[in-house]
Amino acid sequence: MQANNKLTASLVMASRFENIEVAERTLLDLCGRAGCKADEEYWLLTALREALANAVRHGNRQNPDQVVRVFLTIENSTATIRVEDEGDGFEPANVPDPTTPENLLRPSGRGIFYMRQFMNRVEFGPTPTGGTAVVMARDLDQPDSGRS
Amino acid sequence: MKSSIRDVGDVRIIELSGKITIGAGDVKIRELIGEAIEDGKQDVILDLGGVTAIDSSGIGEMVACYTTVTKRGGQLKLMHLSPKITDILQVTQLITVFDVFDDEREAIGSF
Repeated sequence: MQANNKLTASLVMASRFENIEVAERTLLDLCGRAGCKADEEYWLLTALREALANAVRHGNRQNPDQVVRVFLTIENSTATIRVEDEGDGFEPANVPDPTTPENLLRPSGRGIFYMRQFMNRVEFGPTPTGGTAVVMARDLDQPDSGRS
Repeated sequence: MKSSIRDVGDVRIIELSGKITIGAGDVKIRELIGEAIEDGKQDVILDLGGVTAIDSSGIGEMVACYTTVTKRGGQLKLMHLSPKITDILQVTQLITVFDVFDDEREAIGSF
């Protein structure tokens, strides 16, 4: 998997929540190989989990016949996660701010907010087939051989 | 996610461990709060000391349970938050919604 200091993995998963853990384990493996610090690993996993939950629930509406594609890369001290669904696309600007007083007690609507909090860059765009692709990147501290 | 419940006086303490994430622990929290209400326990403490990860669905379910308990005249409080779960609650300002405790006796005495 490791070549020229670049670590990559890709997955194609049926739209089931239980598959989120498979992607988590793959990211954990990459983080371990890259020497990511424990804190970074935790927030990367958190962001990945949110992106996948959105793709399965909102993008593909839990239709197991539609797939979610995951691309994970750690290169040059940056971790990048790309998640694609096969849904109808959506407009992230329409998602209300969950921290405003009127939204504070809403039971949903925090996933994208968390992704933006715990990653340095988050961008949404359409896939060629009309679904949604989210690309998230986090700048890593200098990798080391151990966990903090 | 694993859970265990115990009562101290009129207070239901629900100890949670593992992951509270979509499709797993999030629904379980709702069921546990429903049980507390059925058992006549209005005041509930969620002990998150053993929780290793929580996602927005788990947080959302905790918020929904907070609303459910409050509407019935009770209170839902949190105990033993890890630094990361504290961070997750802080960034969404939910730390201002929940009463949070590190000490069980103090938590029980706050009702």
